[in-house]
Amino acid sequence: MTPLAALPHADRVQLVSLALLVGALLLAVSLGAVSISPGQLLVAPLARLGLSDAPSLTPAQEAVLWAIRLPRALLAVGVGGALGLAGALMQGLTRNPLADPGLLGVSSGAALGGAAATVLGGAWSQVGLPVAAIVGGLLAWGVVMAVARRDGAAPISTLLLCGVAVSALASSGTGLLLFVASDEQLRALTFWTLGSLSGASWPRALGVLGALAVGLLLTARAARPLNALLLGEAEAAQLGVPVEALKLALTVLVAALVGLSVAFSGFIGFIGLVVPPLARLFVGADQRQVLPLSAILGAGLLTLADLAARTMVAPAELPVGVLTALLGGPFFLLRLRAASPGV
Amino acid sequence: MLHVSQLGLSVRGHALVQDLSFGLAPGELLAVCGPNGAGKSTLLKLISGERRPTAGEISLFDRPLHDWRPRALAQRRAVVPQSSACDFPFCAWEVVMLGRTPHPSSTQDRQIALAELDAVGASHLTERLLPQLSGGERARVSLARAFAQLHGVEGPGLLLLDEPTAALDLQHQESVLSLLRRRCDERGDAVLIILHDLNLAGAWADRVLLMVEGRALADGPPEQVFTPPLIQRAYGLAVRRLHHPDTGRALLVPARADARSQTLTPIPNP
Repeated sequence: MTPLAALPHADRVQLVSLALLVGALLLAVSLGAVSISPGQLLVAPLARLGLSDAPSLTPAQEAVLWAIRLPRALLAVGVGGALGLAGALMQGLTRNPLADPGLLGVSSGAALGGAAATVLGGAWSQVGLPVAAIVGGLLAWGVVMAVARRDGAAPISTLLLCGVAVSALASSGTGLLLFVASDEQLRALTFWTLGSLSGASWPRALGVLGALAVGLLLTARAARPLNALLLGEAEAAQLGVPVEALKLALTVLVAALVGLSVAFSGFIGFIGLVVPPLARLFVGADQRQVLPLSAILGAGLLTLADLAARTMVAPAELPVGVLTALLGGPFFLLRLRAASPGV
Repeated sequence: MLHVSQLGLSVRGHALVQDLSFGLAPGELLAVCGPNGAGKSTLLKLISGERRPTAGEISLFDRPLHDWRPRALAQRRAVVPQSSACDFPFCAWEVVMLGRTPHPSSTQDRQIALAELDAVGASHLTERLLPQLSGGERARVSLARAFAQLHGVEGPGLLLLDEPTAALDLQHQESVLSLLRRRCDERGDAVLIILHDLNLAGAWADRVLLMVEGRALADGPPEQVFTPPLIQRAYGLAVRRLHHPDTGRALLVPARADARSQTLTPIPNP
């Protein structure tokens, strides 16, 4: 096996981040009202498979681990990873290091889609929720891209103003839906405006993780042409990149990642903004490194944020979207002031 | 290797390029000159495929431009843009390596990038970040990227450059042109380069295409194109022609016989 120090710098960063993510995941699974020690965590899967009869979890611990904590932590990994990857892709597509699904209205569009499915979907609302959220995100992103971009690049001021306008439109749509919603639907909708992982379940966690895996596979192929795209659309075309097809494919992917995240966890902002620049700080601008690292860092960040959200004021629980905004807002202001926004 | 026949581009009834025909042979260095707004950059965008012509035809390597698959074409034709705005923290060598995008990725790519950076005299920039480079340094990195794109390609390549020397000092202007000249002479590459500096064009180009209002006013060796009457017609400026003491090539300087009236001559609106 290659010693860690002998690996290229970027690979080392990826491995260390991945190890930290696993650490965060273990921490998130073991901490809470019912605590589970790391040793028990290691034995638990073996015991479940019948491979070990060592003194294992109490029935209460068992239930908490498999039904509550693990799906929730995995949902945090999936949603954080999806938002980090989506942010990095959006920054590449707009050639703008300040793009973010929340700031540019994609999350609001997805929330509107999700709200519409919840209120108007009737019996189909559970199935329709993710689909409607994806479509909503796609529409919002399409409008922003169509309005803000000139000659393939979007100046940051125009882009942000477009995002503000689209967010406002989508929020007013969601507001109208709140007005006609029943009491039960109203509770579900409030969840979108704050963002929380408390609705976690196995199907949701695996759904987002699956989408993230597909996204990472697709972007592994697209990373090299996406690098060329960072030089400019004309330059990329002259390097033989099928620019329009690439943009369309990645736009749909962004909408899918953000739509699923919003459908299952509501509006969690700033992950897509904070994480890619952090990744670029470690590995430079090469998208082959930035895209997977953004997913890993996003996953780790949201896992830890959610852990904080549910333990800080226990037994009550903070909406995790409030925490990420608290973290991301000042970061965004600093970046706006920075001389070189790319790093 | 490049044939342009009766090329035209009109936007909302306004002709940016019209009835332009010329060719470019392997090993030839063609300078495109003309006043601001003459359609030089538009011509380059038409040839690079960034814009579609409304009339006429362009063929590259004996095949119509629109018949080429983008990637196959990118392996033989490189474009150096006027300026590049990229805020992402690529190192210079990474930018040069992007020139390898149309080729299958290989472990040699980094070596190629370093070699081409060295070729343009920019090996000291290798690890510098793109946003921190000056305009002149960026220009040289872009040139190295174009060279990396054509690296190892069989047969002659085609280089299209839009004023790569605009941000360069005298020494680097000379070194860029001599590099391009050497590629023409040694590899048989063809170069089409937009130049504002007529004396630079006169010193290095085989041929000059002088454009005015989207048309070709003259096309020929510098000695035939850079004559005071043609320059007067193109730029509305009286010039005197000297000869370089070393090479005997044409040098143009503005006439100063009546300096006062010269400064009062209005610049014609292109």
